[in-house]
Amino acid sequence: MSTVDQLKEAADADLLQPSSLDARARRRRSLVLVAGLLLVGTIALIALVSLAWLPYDPSDTTGNRLESPGPSHLLGTDRLGRDLFTQIMVGARIALIVGLGAVVVGAAIGVPIGLAAAFAGGWLDDAMSAGMDILIAFPLLLLAMLIVAVTGASLLTVTVAIGVSVSAIVARLTRVVSRRVLAQQYITAARTSGTGSLGIVWQHVLPNIWPTISVNLGLIFGVAVLAEASLSYLGLGAPPPNSSWGRLLQEAQSTVMTAPLGAIAPGVFLVILVIGVNLLVDGLRDVSDPTLVRAR
Amino acid sequence: MNLLEVASLSVTSSDGVARVRDVSFTVAPGERLGLIGESGSGKSLTAFAVIGLLPAGLAASGSILLDGTQVVGTAEKRLVPLRGRVCAFIFQEPLTALDPLMKLGRQLAEPIARHQGLRGADLKRAVLEALDEVRLPEPERIAESRSYEISGGQRQRVAMAMALACRPRLLIADEPTTALDVTVQSEVLALLDRLVTERGMTLIFVSHDLAVVSRMTDHALVMRAGEAVERGSIAALLASPQHPYTAAFAASARRIETGFAAAIAQGRDG
Repeated sequence: MSTVDQLKEAADADLLQPSSLDARARRRRSLVLVAGLLLVGTIALIALVSLAWLPYDPSDTTGNRLESPGPSHLLGTDRLGRDLFTQIMVGARIALIVGLGAVVVGAAIGVPIGLAAAFAGGWLDDAMSAGMDILIAFPLLLLAMLIVAVTGASLLTVTVAIGVSVSAIVARLTRVVSRRVLAQQYITAARTSGTGSLGIVWQHVLPNIWPTISVNLGLIFGVAVLAEASLSYLGLGAPPPNSSWGRLLQEAQSTVMTAPLGAIAPGVFLVILVIGVNLLVDGLRDVSDPTLVRAR
Repeated sequence: MNLLEVASLSVTSSDGVARVRDVSFTVAPGERLGLIGESGSGKSLTAFAVIGLLPAGLAASGSILLDGTQVVGTAEKRLVPLRGRVCAFIFQEPLTALDPLMKLGRQLAEPIARHQGLRGADLKRAVLEALDEVRLPEPERIAESRSYEISGGQRQRVAMAMALACRPRLLIADEPTTALDVTVQSEVLALLDRLVTERGMTLIFVSHDLAVVSRMTDHALVMRAGEAVERGSIAALLASPQHPYTAAFAASARRIETGFAAAIAQGRDG
């Protein structure tokens, strides 16, 4: 074999390697996306079905106490004889509503504040950033508990409380990302052509920060779902008949040795939703982020 | 009346370092002025100060009268109407001067819509006309592209179309061809020259390259270390520089040119 052939072969190998890596990485990423879609889709489907149909009334005693799983009660019953699967279905609805609502509230408060701080600069930015840092210094759950304790627990107040608690995180992220965008030359170019501040925000800043912000809102959704479950577990969540997964966990606590399924089932569903959301967000980011595509 | 009157302009950073010191010059309507100097001489900062867009942490003092409006110390809100209409900018690096996420057609439509109040099909036609005017082939395709999908020379033409969209009277070109390769550079300069002439625009051409400046204008202000050193016709600056720095600058430019000529001659002979 001549040296030239060897060189050629080496070059071919070099050329082939990245593309095969490429394909493998792409497969792995789409796998992540599909897994996330499946997990979240399952929960979303359960929540949607629960709006139209439930096996039983969630607050009715329809069987014996702590029945084992069987054909009439898919996951058995709780200590009051209520069907556990029915309550899980209602819980899925609550988890999604509170999670989405909290993200919307958090974004509605956090994004404008972050944008304003990034735009203002100077002492106003310093003051707003200090406010965000103080809010972030409070543990998320403590802040939400405080708000719920003051306003009283309902589905709405819990949602708003978690939303307000995460808004500082959203605001700080928005501020950092917006500052990076504002430093770009296309912003200066738009200014030199006479675009006003509002136009800069709508046309250039928001579209350019959105990929980063949306991915993080997805992660915050997972945090909000966990916060809702924690609040319910502590008795500060939405009151009955809203059978939140957190409250199911708390109610199953006293019988966990005799009927472990009562604690395991809501826990597993909670894990499925949170892991599903994280995988989904990861997959979506990898698919949509053009810089990752080019960096390969 | 002069279109631009800069009087004892200084640009100072927040830590007190003067980046531009006591620069004064005037530009009459229809005039073309070159701003020459090495990098760091303050020529670009001077240009940005004219339109009130200094980078954060830099402050201007002195007086800048742009079409009769004082720019120094004036609120942003009152400067916005001047930008694009009275004075527009072309940047050195067209890739970073265009929003990567926005289709070029939409980006160009924004100032056109604002300036001419067009919408819908009329706006679309105006955008394609603007792209056609800067001699871009297939304006429809360019309008549907994003900045990273077209070549550097095409990007600079799009950026020129954007700068010209509001029919500015004064065009400031900040090293517009430095990032382009030589053949493209020559085409873009020819286009710029033609557009400035056709529209009777006033031009400030910022560059470190004496040869490029001399193609665009015969009149230049030489800057060095934040100060205006000398102003005059380029022929005079080359032939009888009044300031030692101008002499050195001209000499180095000439050296490069003779060096090129020698290299070319050598290549031809060998």
